[in-house]
Amino acid sequence: MTARRIVTMVVLALGASLTGCAIKPIEPWVKPYERERLADPVMKVAPRESLAAKHNEHIREVREGARGANGVQGGGCGCN
Amino acid sequence: MRAVPTACRGAAVAATSALRSALQALGRVLPAAARLRWTRWCAPLAGALGGALSSSPAAAMTLPEDNAEALYHLYDGGGVTAQGPALLVRKSLFDKVSLTGSYYVDMVSNASIDVVTTASPFKETRKEYAVGADYAYRDALLSLSYSNSDEPDYKAQGLSIDASQEVFGSMTTVKLGFTRGKDDVGKKDEGFFDYAKHWRYRLGVTQILTPSWLASVNLEAVSDEGFLGSPYRAARVFGTLVPERNPRTRSSRAVKFSAIGEIMPRTSVHADYRYFWDTWDIKAHTFEVGGSRNVGESFLIDGYLRYYKQSAALFYSDNAPVETTYISRNRQLSTFNDITPGVRVTYQYKHVPGQYEIKGHLNYEYQRYKFSDFTDIRTGQLYSYGAHVLQLLVTATF
Repeated sequence: MTARRIVTMVVLALGASLTGCAIKPIEPWVKPYERERLADPVMKVAPRESLAAKHNEHIREVREGARGANGVQGGGCGCN
Repeated sequence: MRAVPTACRGAAVAATSALRSALQALGRVLPAAARLRWTRWCAPLAGALGGALSSSPAAAMTLPEDNAEALYHLYDGGGVTAQGPALLVRKSLFDKVSLTGSYYVDMVSNASIDVVTTASPFKETRKEYAVGADYAYRDALLSLSYSNSDEPDYKAQGLSIDASQEVFGSMTTVKLGFTRGKDDVGKKDEGFFDYAKHWRYRLGVTQILTPSWLASVNLEAVSDEGFLGSPYRAARVFGTLVPERNPRTRSSRAVKFSAIGEIMPRTSVHADYRYFWDTWDIKAHTFEVGGSRNVGESFLIDGYLRYYKQSAALFYSDNAPVETTYISRNRQLSTFNDITPGVRVTYQYKHVPGQYEIKGHLNYEYQRYKFSDFTDIRTGQLYSYGAHVLQLLVTATF
């Protein structure tokens, strides 16, 4: 299956890049003092409020066939 | 976040083995149908996580900020109006545990195309409460939560456990999560007659790429077992309406790639792509692009465009030409697409540094659904509709 192949490749690429640290140590290249811009609210994908995210996730899960991988906890939905 | 000296590397190594054990345990408790593919993912991932965790200093996790949210939400489209209030409060205790409580109400008035063509319009209210606790221990944040949703013909309960850990000098955040759900399925005038069980497994990695770019990958596997349809919905066979018949099991996988970057001061862009597939043969693609910008001292504006498309489930048919074991005319399982432009405006009403902050939010999106094999039997035309989604929020951190 093509999808399975894509996922396997991504996981292997991720694994290779991360385990690379063990073989040849790579120091974290973005230092804590360089992360000020990452803390700006514009760097957080909206909705930033948990109730708004929950509402969005709910209205999509009850109308679309796909679900999950949005980083939002599912469950508790009466999708009847 | 506060950096911790390299001396804490031991904690990271210990955490590595804990995460490895957790991954192996997840593999063991998975239903047999899902196990093969999951363990195939787990092996390289556990190795990858192990490498990253043991080769980098650990960082101390901080608890989420104390906050409160009040929401009014509205969905209006396709003959359905769902609206109501929701409240959430989060408060930390002794800087170690953060507790949350939330209450969410959905008042639904349903005259959707299914309902008006095969049944009668109805109104009902769904109430959901949830409680949770987050616990910060060294470089990890552990979360436990429980939710309970109640409507006259459907009750759902869910228990979730999540772990989040920063590794590689806090440049990488790894998240693992599991939710176990159990629903009671009922029908008006007949009472509760069946159940539905759900298992959800989440894994996410967020990586700081540069001082202004972040990327993340999220995976989620979901397995369901039980009554997975609606006792009210009808399917069509040779033009005759019959009760729908769905398989009693379903397993799905989703993988999502996201990137966000600051392209100029106080302005960011983001792009997401999600691929979804399941054992009912639905395949779906979701694309989203958007931008965010701080305007003046008090406003934050977000704009986005989302596109979603999916193929139909194997047993979906608008009007089946043969009787089959499973048959559904649930348009959620049909071939369709939807496109959603949206805008969010955040206004910072008051900000007292180190004390509290109050914000107002107005979020609006328009969804346009277009079905390729679902007919409006009143007109004989393919069905399509638009929906408005509105969120009004007041949030405070303290």
